[in-house]
Amino acid sequence: MFKKLTYPFDMEYILRKKRSIRRELKAAIQQCSLNNEHIVSIKIAILGGSTTSEIKDLLELFLLQEGIEPAFYESEYNKYYEDVMFDNEELRRFAPHIIYVHTTNRNILSYPDVTDSPKTVENKFSMALQLYESLWRKIEQTYQSIIIQNNFELPSHRLLGNLDCYDCRGAVYFISRLNSAFADYAARARNFYINDINYLSSWIGLNKWHDKSFWYAYKYALSYEAILCLSHNIAAIILSIYGKSKKCLVVDLDNTLWGGVIADDGINHIQIGTETAEAEAYTEFQEYLRKLKARGVLLAVCSKNDEHVAREGLNHRDGILRPDDFVVIKANWQPKDTNICEIVKEINITLDSVVFLDDNPIERDFVRSQLPVVEVPDTLMNDVSRYIECIDRACYFEPVTLSEDDIRRTEFYQETQQRCTLQSKFATYNDFLISLEMVVEIHPFKPLYLERIAQLINKTNQFNLTTKRYTLAEVEGISKDENFITLYGRLKDKFGDNGLVSIIVASIKDRGLFIDLWLMSCRVLKRGMEFAMYDELIRRCRMRDIKHITGYYNKTKKNALVSNHYGLMGFELSDKNDNGDTVWSFKVPDDYRNKNCVMEIVYDREG
Amino acid sequence: MSMLEKLQPIFREIFDDESIIITKQTTANDIEDWDSLTHINLIVAIEKHFNIKFALGELQSLQNVGEMLALIEEKVKKNE
Repeated sequence: MFKKLTYPFDMEYILRKKRSIRRELKAAIQQCSLNNEHIVSIKIAILGGSTTSEIKDLLELFLLQEGIEPAFYESEYNKYYEDVMFDNEELRRFAPHIIYVHTTNRNILSYPDVTDSPKTVENKFSMALQLYESLWRKIEQTYQSIIIQNNFELPSHRLLGNLDCYDCRGAVYFISRLNSAFADYAARARNFYINDINYLSSWIGLNKWHDKSFWYAYKYALSYEAILCLSHNIAAIILSIYGKSKKCLVVDLDNTLWGGVIADDGINHIQIGTETAEAEAYTEFQEYLRKLKARGVLLAVCSKNDEHVAREGLNHRDGILRPDDFVVIKANWQPKDTNICEIVKEINITLDSVVFLDDNPIERDFVRSQLPVVEVPDTLMNDVSRYIECIDRACYFEPVTLSEDDIRRTEFYQETQQRCTLQSKFATYNDFLISLEMVVEIHPFKPLYLERIAQLINKTNQFNLTTKRYTLAEVEGISKDENFITLYGRLKDKFGDNGLVSIIVASIKDRGLFIDLWLMSCRVLKRGMEFAMYDELIRRCRMRDIKHITGYYNKTKKNALVSNHYGLMGFELSDKNDNGDTVWSFKVPDDYRNKNCVMEIVYDREG
Repeated sequence: MSMLEKLQPIFREIFDDESIIITKQTTANDIEDWDSLTHINLIVAIEKHFNIKFALGELQSLQNVGEMLALIEEKVKKNE
């Protein structure tokens, strides 16, 4: 799919071409759905404290270009509060997945007055905060949708000068306190995300953010340039919630991770460390990448070099990144698109979750032309001092939460490689599986894991029978519903903990069970875990006297791997659609014999 | 290129309609999609393209594209 809206944004271009970009993106999405590709459609209610029309238009473009088709509800001008607090049939019928509350410091009604006593200011603060808290609670009760809430930008002027930031009557102080209170709420709440316009406005500059004539004339609380930046940021949050953030950063080496060409200049002459300005910049960039890796972004190398030379560079005494910070190192003379495809295959992710970084415009162009779904940042890649900005501001790796799984991700993939080495030592594959000493915990969904479960549901594409997506709120609802059987599986083995990696959601109707969702993370493929999950599902069916199970395979571009999954589980094919979708059925026998014989199943106390 | 010729592609792009031909007499009534929201887009696009800024209230009294042209020309000249 073509991408026109990439950081740094060409504002005039987007502004002028908005309609034709939309038309083309819509046509591309239409084409995808004709090709049976899964298109996520989401309903977003924008509740504004100021005009929101342009925000909606640009947000739509940002989502469309990532293959998400949004539908919108927009509140009347400045009716964000009324729309939520009073009965609103239209909004209820719209049933939003996401409610975005676009409020700004223009919507703060009770700013402190210079004559106020500290106590009066405190009351005003509580009132302002309570207004929002009651709004959020009401949304949670009435709509159970995800909330994206702006915090506040700093004011365009300071009545008290510098004192404004530390006198309790100062607007800067007041807003900063509200922002901390919003952050505290967000840290405790589920399904609640802050759109950090305080940061965004600082980034582009308050002077550019506030455009007073835009406010007076059209009641936009921010400038056009700021709207572009805002919409992009909201899109990043939504993409992340729906599991569409990028997963892997593939980097070139020469003039990307260090200055110079190691094969020509030699190890002692590449720019890294603190000796020169250029070296400082590369060092800071490596530090940034190491921190990205530490929070779950996978790093890989794709470089035209001999491998021993590449490794020598990565072991440079002043370098920050080391060879084992990368899940894969491809240093050879193959074309880069081939290497990227191999990287993706080795670590079992999809091409559309890759960002490729290279200082060479010819390589960038080539990869972009061969692999259009790979994100290849361009404009800023001619200046090492802007490499960080290039990744950071594009929000490729936006996380919604930071789970233990994220932090351990590189380890997971490295353990996978250790297992592969072991595999070659065994006579049969089964012997190998048994030697892994696997232990699986299988249990109905519980609150502790709901976020991880929602994350996995929204990003798993390959071992996924139906590719149905659920929001966190929906997962929460299902986990409490008697008419569903839910299971998650956590797998450990002698190399480490793979974390929560498999999920089943099945609904019960008339003593029959319908498997709405069955998925497994690609990092545990071919371990036999699906059999253990199935045994447990059957055990629970028998406990509830369920005699018949229906399974669905909905074909997508990415899940061919499991087209015969139900066949392998012993189901019979009962229906086949022209588009490749199949329906399968299974009669639970009285003498069911467990299929799993390679791992131990543990139940926790509640199980 | 006359100012009118410079404005022509902006109008076509904003309204995503290659058939639009503007004249000095064109008004919002002549272009179907010219509503208050598209109007904002048009104004911001013109401001960006010519690197000018309309002052508050300057636009309200404009009757047609011809008057808008005159105002843009005046502002562009001041920039030079």
